[in-house]
Amino acid sequence: MTQRTGKRVFIKGNEAVGYGALAAGCRCYFGYPITPQNEIPEMLSSALVEAGGEFVQAESELAAANMLLGAVSTGVRAMTSSSSPGISLMQEAISYMAGSELPGVIVNMNRGGPGLGDIGPAQGDYYQSTRGGGHGDYRTMVIAPSTCQEAYDMMIEAFDLAYKYRNPVLVLGDGIIGGMKEPVTLWQPEKTDDKVEGWQLDGAKGREKRLICSLFLAEGALAQQNRHLLAKYTLMQKEARAECFMTDDAELVVVAFGSMGRIAKSGVRKLREAGHKIGLVRPITLYPFPTDVLADLAARGCRFLTIEHNTGQMVDDVRLAVRKHADSDFFGIMPGDMPGAEDLMAPMIDALGRK
Amino acid sequence: MAPDIDSIAPTEAVADSIDLTPMPGETLVFDKPESLRSTLTHYCPGCHHGTAHRLVAELLDEMQLREKAIVIGSIGCSVFIYNYLDIDAVEAPHGRGPAAATGVKRARPDKFVFTYQGDGDLASIGMAEIMHAANRGERLSVVFVNNTVYGMTGGQMAPTTLIGQKTTTCPGGRCLEREGAPIRMAEIIASLGGVAYSARVSLDSVKNIRAAKKALRRAFEVQTEGVGFGFVELLSGCPTNWRMTPVQANNRIRTEMIPYFPLGVFKDVATLNTEGE
Ligand SMILES: Cc1ncc(C[n+]2csc(CCOP(=O)(O)OP(=O)(O)O)c2C)c(N)n1
Ligand code: SF4
Ligand SMILES: [Mg+2]
Repeated sequence: MTQRTGKRVFIKGNEAVGYGALAAGCRCYFGYPITPQNEIPEMLSSALVEAGGEFVQAESELAAANMLLGAVSTGVRAMTSSSSPGISLMQEAISYMAGSELPGVIVNMNRGGPGLGDIGPAQGDYYQSTRGGGHGDYRTMVIAPSTCQEAYDMMIEAFDLAYKYRNPVLVLGDGIIGGMKEPVTLWQPEKTDDKVEGWQLDGAKGREKRLICSLFLAEGALAQQNRHLLAKYTLMQKEARAECFMTDDAELVVVAFGSMGRIAKSGVRKLREAGHKIGLVRPITLYPFPTDVLADLAARGCRFLTIEHNTGQMVDDVRLAVRKHADSDFFGIMPGDMPGAEDLMAPMIDALGRK
Repeated sequence: MAPDIDSIAPTEAVADSIDLTPMPGETLVFDKPESLRSTLTHYCPGCHHGTAHRLVAELLDEMQLREKAIVIGSIGCSVFIYNYLDIDAVEAPHGRGPAAATGVKRARPDKFVFTYQGDGDLASIGMAEIMHAANRGERLSVVFVNNTVYGMTGGQMAPTTLIGQKTTTCPGGRCLEREGAPIRMAEIIASLGGVAYSARVSLDSVKNIRAAKKALRRAFEVQTEGVGFGFVELLSGCPTNWRMTPVQANNRIRTEMIPYFPLGVFKDVATLNTEGE
C-alpha cells in the first residue's frame, strides 16, 4: 500500500513538515515569517520550487491564508504554516474555507500567548483550533504530532483528510516539535484520488459554470448549508484517534497531547516501573476528539488527570467524554514555562496518592 | 435606499430568467454577449456595475477567454457578479481578492484570472493585498469600480470619497484635515514595478464607455501575453447613495470626479518599451 522503506534523515520537526508536504504532493505554499516555524517556508522556498511547485512569501498571514483559499479552489494541494499570532490573522480565510467547503492544510507551531507572548512552545491555541477559531459555526479537523516522524506522517494524512472531507485541516504542533531534531524515515505514499473533478474551478469548458462561495441568502439556504456541514462533521467523528499507553489495567489515566503527551509518557513509564497502575491516553486527533476511548476507560472505573501546556482547555473535552462516570483533574504548565519530565510526574504522583 | 445585503432578493443559483429569443416579426439588432447570463440583476437603475459587467463579458467573448476564465468576486454591491457572468467563480473575503487571485493563478497559470472590486474593498480593507499582488507582478487583471462610496452597506465614506462629499458617515462632507485626501489608485498602482498596465476610465458616456473597453482589453492582454499585472479603474455612478437621478450621477462624474481623478493611461509596458528604444 505505502512504501515505508525510505531514506532515514536527521531533521527538525519543521523540516519534517516540509518533507511531508512534498511527499503528499503539495503544489503551492503561501506563508509569512514567524518564529518558531521559519524552517518550513525556508526549506520549501527551494525544495517546493525544485519539485515544480509554487512558493509565495505573502505580505501577511491574512494574504497567505487567502492565497491558500484561491489555490485550493482550483483543486490542487496547497498549504500554509504559521505560529499563533499569524494563525489568528488566518481565521478570516479559514472561516470562508469551511463555509465554502474548501480543503487545505494549515500548520500551527503553537507559541506562547496571549498577544505577542513569547517564541517558546505552548498549547494555548487548543480552543482556537478545535472550536473553529473564526466567526460562524464550523470545525476544522485538527491533528497533533508528538514526534518529528509524526510531523512527517501527519502532513501526508492531513492532505488526504482535507480533500476527503473538503474541509480545512490543522496540524497543531508547538515550538518543541518544530525545533527538535530527530531521525525521520521519509516514505512516499501512493497517490490518492482527491476527487476534485466534480467541483474544482478550471474554466467552464464543456460544462456549466461553477461557483465556490460561502454566501447563502435564499430562504432556508444557509440553514441547509449548516445542516450539511453538521452532517459532515458527524461523519468525521470516525477519524478520531488516540495513542493508548499502558491503559489496559490502569487506575489513573493521564491525558495529554502533542509534545506534552510525549513528555508525560516518560513519566508514566517511570511510575509503572515503580509499580503504579497508571496509563496514558494521547489524543492524536483533537477534532474529532477521541471521546469513545476515554468514555470506555471511564466506564471501567478509571480516574483521569489532564495535563496541558496551557491553563486548561482540552480538559473540557476530557470531562465531556468521561462525564457519565468520572471527572478529570487538571495540571497546567504556564505558557512561558518549559516543563521537564519531573514537572509532569509531580502531579501524577499527587493524583495517585489521592485515590 | 441602498440594497442592504439582507434585503437583496436571493439570487444564488438563479436560472436564466429572461428569454431573449425574438418574437415572430422581430429582428434581433442588439444581442447580449455569451459570457453574460440572461438574468435580472439586482443593481439600481443607473448603476454602472451592469455596464462594467457587460464590457467584461464582451471582452471574454471577443478574446475567447470564457472557457478558461475564473473571476474572484469581491464584497460589495457586485458580490453577485458570479450570477451574472457565465464563468467559474470563487468568492474572497472583503478586500482579499488579489490574494485569492494570486493563489488561483499560481495554482493554474494557464487560466485567465481576474478580480472585480469596489473602492472600499480594494482601496481600504484590501489595500495591502492589491499593492503586493501588483508589485509582485502577478499575471492578473483587476477591474476596479470607483463610485466614491461604500454602496452595499448604505453609502458610507470610502477612501475615494471627494473632499466635501456628504455620505452617511461624513454627513458634513469629507474633511481633508480629519479624513485625509481621496486616494488615486490608478496612479499609485502605476508606480509599482510588477505592473504592466494601469489606467483610469469613466463610464459616464458612450464615448468614455468605448474608451473603457479599450483599457480593459489592454489590462486583459497583459495577462494573456504573460507581461504583468493589468489594472483599470472605472469611474462609476452610484445614483442611489449619491441621492441623484442617473443623469445627474453621470453629470457628477464629469464635473466632480474627473477633475480630481484624471482619465488616462498611467503605465503601459508597450509604450515604455518603445520609448526606451
Ligand atoms: C470584514 C468585513 N467588513 C465589513 C463588511 C461589510 N461590507 C460589505 S460591502 C462593504 C463595502 C463595499 O463597498 P465597495 O467596495 O466600495 O463596493 P460597492 O458596494 O460600492 O460597489 C462593506 C464595508 C464585510 N462584508 N466584511
Ligand atoms: S447604484 Fe450604488 S447602491 Fe445601487 S447597486 Fe449600484 S453601487 Fe450599489
Ligand atoms: Mg464603492
